[in-house]
Amino acid sequence: MKQIVFISGKGGTGKSTVVASLSLLVQNKIMADCDVDAPNLHLLLDGKRLCEDDYYGAEQAVVDTEACISCGNCIEVCRFDAISEDIEIQTMKCEGCGACVLACPVDAISMTDVKTGQTYVDDTQRGTFSHALLDIGAEGSGRLVTEVKENLFGFLNGEEWAIVDGSPGIGCSVIASITGADAVVVVCEPTKSGQSDMERVLSVARHFGIPAYVCINKYDLNLRMTAGIDHFCEKNGVPVVGKICFEPEIVKALQKLQTPMEAGIKNVEREIERLWSSLKSELAAKR
Amino acid sequence: MKIAVSAKGNTMESDMDQRFGRAASFIIVDAQTMEYEAIDNTSAASSGGAGISAAQLVAEKDAEAVITGNVGPNAMNVLKAANIAIYKGAAVSVKENVEQFNKGTLEKIQTNVPAHFGMGGKE
Amino acid sequence: MKIAVLSGKGGTGKTTVSASLAASIGHCQYIDCDVEEPNGALFLNPQITDASPVNVLVPYVDEQRCDGCGACAKACRFNAIAVVKGKVLIFPEVCHHCGACVIACPKDAITEVEREIGVVEADSESSFLQGRLNIGEPITIPIIHQLKRLTRDDVPVVMDCSPGASCTVVQTIDGCDYCILVTEPTPFGLHDLKIAVSLVRKMDIPFGVVINKAMPEDQSIQTYCKQESIVVLMEIPYMREIAESYSNGMLPVQMNEDLRNRFVQLYDSIKEGAAS
Repeated sequence: MKQIVFISGKGGTGKSTVVASLSLLVQNKIMADCDVDAPNLHLLLDGKRLCEDDYYGAEQAVVDTEACISCGNCIEVCRFDAISEDIEIQTMKCEGCGACVLACPVDAISMTDVKTGQTYVDDTQRGTFSHALLDIGAEGSGRLVTEVKENLFGFLNGEEWAIVDGSPGIGCSVIASITGADAVVVVCEPTKSGQSDMERVLSVARHFGIPAYVCINKYDLNLRMTAGIDHFCEKNGVPVVGKICFEPEIVKALQKLQTPMEAGIKNVEREIERLWSSLKSELAAKR
Repeated sequence: MKIAVSAKGNTMESDMDQRFGRAASFIIVDAQTMEYEAIDNTSAASSGGAGISAAQLVAEKDAEAVITGNVGPNAMNVLKAANIAIYKGAAVSVKENVEQFNKGTLEKIQTNVPAHFGMGGKE
Repeated sequence: MKIAVLSGKGGTGKTTVSASLAASIGHCQYIDCDVEEPNGALFLNPQITDASPVNVLVPYVDEQRCDGCGACAKACRFNAIAVVKGKVLIFPEVCHHCGACVIACPKDAITEVEREIGVVEADSESSFLQGRLNIGEPITIPIIHQLKRLTRDDVPVVMDCSPGASCTVVQTIDGCDYCILVTEPTPFGLHDLKIAVSLVRKMDIPFGVVINKAMPEDQSIQTYCKQESIVVLMEIPYMREIAESYSNGMLPVQMNEDLRNRFVQLYDSIKEGAAS
């Protein structure tokens, strides 16, 4: 089984649209949406719910007000400003480190597990699909991403591919998404911010030793910038496996919750097919 | 000599678990007598650093070798510090893996998979 | 007045809006809190004169004092310390800098040392600030805190957030006077807008919505805002010319006087709204 993770650095480059399109194209696969913060893929992938679970991804301090002697040791040691003067835990700031538990002379503080999100596994007609939603303002998106992948692999049944939709950025969520991947595909756009963000996220892939490929979405929006990205990739040994054109019809299709394939946007459909066969050749050549 | 095998269940017939940090359990086997003890992997529920914690668990049981599928870089560092050798197991039962170990047919794992990051967690 | 610009979904035009707002207000402070992928500088072209590292504290063990008891490993809830065969191993990227290990050590063998995770850059007047996370680092919060410490109170402040609604965004918008939520008229945009709305409501910060790439055929955002009594501050129409000039690093307000005036009005209306 080969795990391919689609990331972008910059948000809004079309990752989810590409992954949803591949869900129609690629056989024998499982899928995951690791953008647990603001997941979108499930809007395009309908399925039967196989399981749904609460995810307890963090701990928080809880004060036993009866035992508390208000000495204030806990406030002194808390580095996250999470304990008020009245010895009340500010739940949105508590990191769950337990320093206060250690500092309390009367053992009045304990740690409790906190729900940070919800995980789901669906049986779509195109394969098993694992996704999750982080609770509003909750911590630990990286951990929840790890859980999404663990859930996915729990349903693995000899499939050849795992196609994963990642999240924007380069921090803990992205790092957790690309862990264990056989390859990452950076879906970028030919804009100044798009290129800048692509370069940063490629550095992350390199840092973790994961082979990276690039797909330029909306490439004809700015041919000069596309050429610039081509040049950068060539110089840095990053294969460009796909180029998808800037097609306003795609937005109209998405508004109807349709992928470009379902909406019959033939030129884009061909470009995504080319992306997939290009990627497969590159991966085969690497072995 | 004691060997820790990452496992999906609690007996020698259980399949080996490919994962180290988040394996369901560890079977600690005496390679000579084949006597064993199953321990639940409490690290599996860790929000982060499961591999680090699992490695400590295994070290505390005085294992001298580990048989598993994949080990992240941090877990590997802990096992190395504890002088525990790491072997690549096969997708067969714990018992069969130990038998292969005794025959000397298992390969050592020298390199590790890229880090498995949770928010603040590495395996 | 501190205004934060967030989006839920990435790519809706957060940086376009925040940078346009700052450019239109003129005398203000722009803080790029999207420390994973900061882009504001590409549009505002500041002269960066100052760069300060952002450091966090990680444990350092004095091996002379340490007796390998393992109390530190037990105390660490992030598994950033392992003790095997009397040896202490520290995993700094996993460390949450909480100091629990220092408290737990019965031999006072642990002190803390600094480790760099990123940088804060500024221009000479501190009218432009940006944070940048080092590659491979997972945790952004200490950089956000450093940026917030440098917030001015003598001019309006515009903060660009990272996409999403995670703890990074929470820490950025905490303490702000107003939030602008930027969205686009697609099902993804609406879905993620609802997430962002839940967040600002949970944090009790007044907010309004800017619809970017607006299309007359799709009124889904407007309908939702009406149902929820959320003010739509502005609609920026979808225009290929805007997309193209954006791709070259130009803000729409730099090529369109009418848009620039509308951003000035946007700021004024937020100010008045806050005053009432």
